[in-house]
Amino acid sequence: MIDRDELLHVARLARLALHEDELDATAGELSTILGHVAAIEELDLEGVEPTAHIGDVSDSLRADHVRPSLARDVALAPAPAIRDDGFLVPSPQGE
Amino acid sequence: MAGGDLEPVIGLEIHVQLRTATKMFCGCALGFGEPPNTRTCPVCLGLPGALPVANAEAIHYGLMIGMALDSELAPVSTFHRKNYFYPDLPKGYQISQFDLPLCSGGKLGEVNIHRVHLEEDAAKLNHAGASGRIEGADSSIVDFNRGGTPLAEIVTEPELRSAEQVGEWLRLLRTTLRTLGVSDVNMEEGSLRCDANISLRPVGTDQLGTKTELKNMNSFRFIERGIRAEVERQRAIIEAGETVTQETLHFDPKSESITSLRSKEEAHDYRYFPEPDLPPVVITEEMLARAAASLPELPAAREQRYIETLSLSPETARVFAWRAELADYFDAVCAADQSLDPHVAANWVTELQGRLGDEEAEDSKVTAAALAQLAAMVVSSQVNQGGAKQVLDQLVAAGGEPASIVADQGLEAVGGADELAPIVAAALEANPELTERLRSGDMKPIGVIVGEVMKQTRGRADGKEVTALVRKQLGLS
Repeated sequence: MIDRDELLHVARLARLALHEDELDATAGELSTILGHVAAIEELDLEGVEPTAHIGDVSDSLRADHVRPSLARDVALAPAPAIRDDGFLVPSPQGE
Repeated sequence: MAGGDLEPVIGLEIHVQLRTATKMFCGCALGFGEPPNTRTCPVCLGLPGALPVANAEAIHYGLMIGMALDSELAPVSTFHRKNYFYPDLPKGYQISQFDLPLCSGGKLGEVNIHRVHLEEDAAKLNHAGASGRIEGADSSIVDFNRGGTPLAEIVTEPELRSAEQVGEWLRLLRTTLRTLGVSDVNMEEGSLRCDANISLRPVGTDQLGTKTELKNMNSFRFIERGIRAEVERQRAIIEAGETVTQETLHFDPKSESITSLRSKEEAHDYRYFPEPDLPPVVITEEMLARAAASLPELPAAREQRYIETLSLSPETARVFAWRAELADYFDAVCAADQSLDPHVAANWVTELQGRLGDEEAEDSKVTAAALAQLAAMVVSSQVNQGGAKQVLDQLVAAGGEPASIVADQGLEAVGGADELAPIVAAALEANPELTERLRSGDMKPIGVIVGEVMKQTRGRADGKEVTALVRKQLGLS
């Protein structure tokens, strides 16, 4: 169901570096998942409300009250590199 | 297609930063100009396991915007993940809305609204130049203070037809949003940002040509110039018999040039899916009632009120109503002296604004009460037009109270026949030749006589009254 080109496209979007010998197996697994969804699509769902969320929670909004932020050194602790009190990262390509 | 006239088809996407106290999905205070990375927490840094919770006030502001734009408000609205990788987006996705936005449809002025949805803003990327750590490559510095700021994205239908129309409509939108109090709507600071989708089509057809997207223009002037430049670029391509490529473009206002932003092209496949960490937002009757009760008088309604209730001219009504600060000032002048004719008040507000240029009247040294007093003094002939304009100049320069300026500087109108009659008589006597011509029906020299009286009264007489007295003394009326 999902071919090699489509798999490589999706993998690139998700920044997944798939090895050549993983391609067939991964394509098979993804096809199985899509097949499962396709099976659900065949059910007669006339009159069933679309489900946007698996929980039965609503009204879980937050009042607009300020809570303390992290100290900067704590926020920056996991940064691979720091400069000028910010996270130093490679520039996005072409920018 | 070649040879026929082409018309632009323009749709807008406007991002508005909401003026809540905290971010969209966490309790960090919104940051403007604070030291970098001092307004962050595990949620807006995208740390594993952190859970977002939607800000009720952002939903409230979204509902107010929807009501102001006459949109249909969704009874249930959901958030989706919009997936793409960029260093300003720590989670690898932006929480946005997809098939169930908060508001659908609507209209502002002549332009139909497609939808309004809520989302979170990205962090700020600052270019850092070549870095030692990352060998040879360019690097950027990420400041997450802005990341997670609540945004309303307003999308119009592709109904705008010119750069000028876009500029005028955006001003109406900005005034509307400012009046609602939901955003600072400051383009320079990025709290109002506009992207434009632009294509051309033969006049009289419904087909849509290939569109390009002009990104992130941050002033009204740049938007109008950018759109004009892109329309001309597309026109040249089509008239040369070639085809426009669908792409994202950047307008550089300095060079007036348009360049392609290739970097994000591949990322247009966003693979939206429902955000599992956020339950649907159910809009209750209470929420709708609170939003409705929070709506102030909006520019369009104000314009109507000025025309219908105060009988202002449509032009004046629009100039005031579409510039909320000016309209507020005008209202304050009217409120300061309720016996003042609104037309007179409007004329003096216009007179004042003409002297202020871009400065807002409420920020000037002229209080609404002072302007009302000045206008009333003119109406009651305590000071004439010319004198009042001198007073206004002084108010603009140094502030103060009109009555005392008039008294201090002897600008009172020389009023009433008793005071003026001898001065007019003296002027006629001093110019027997002209007086003779006037008497014989040649009215040309009357200006000289009026001028003489004005000179004697240092401009404080009323020209019409002087003319009437001249006629009366010569038995002409």
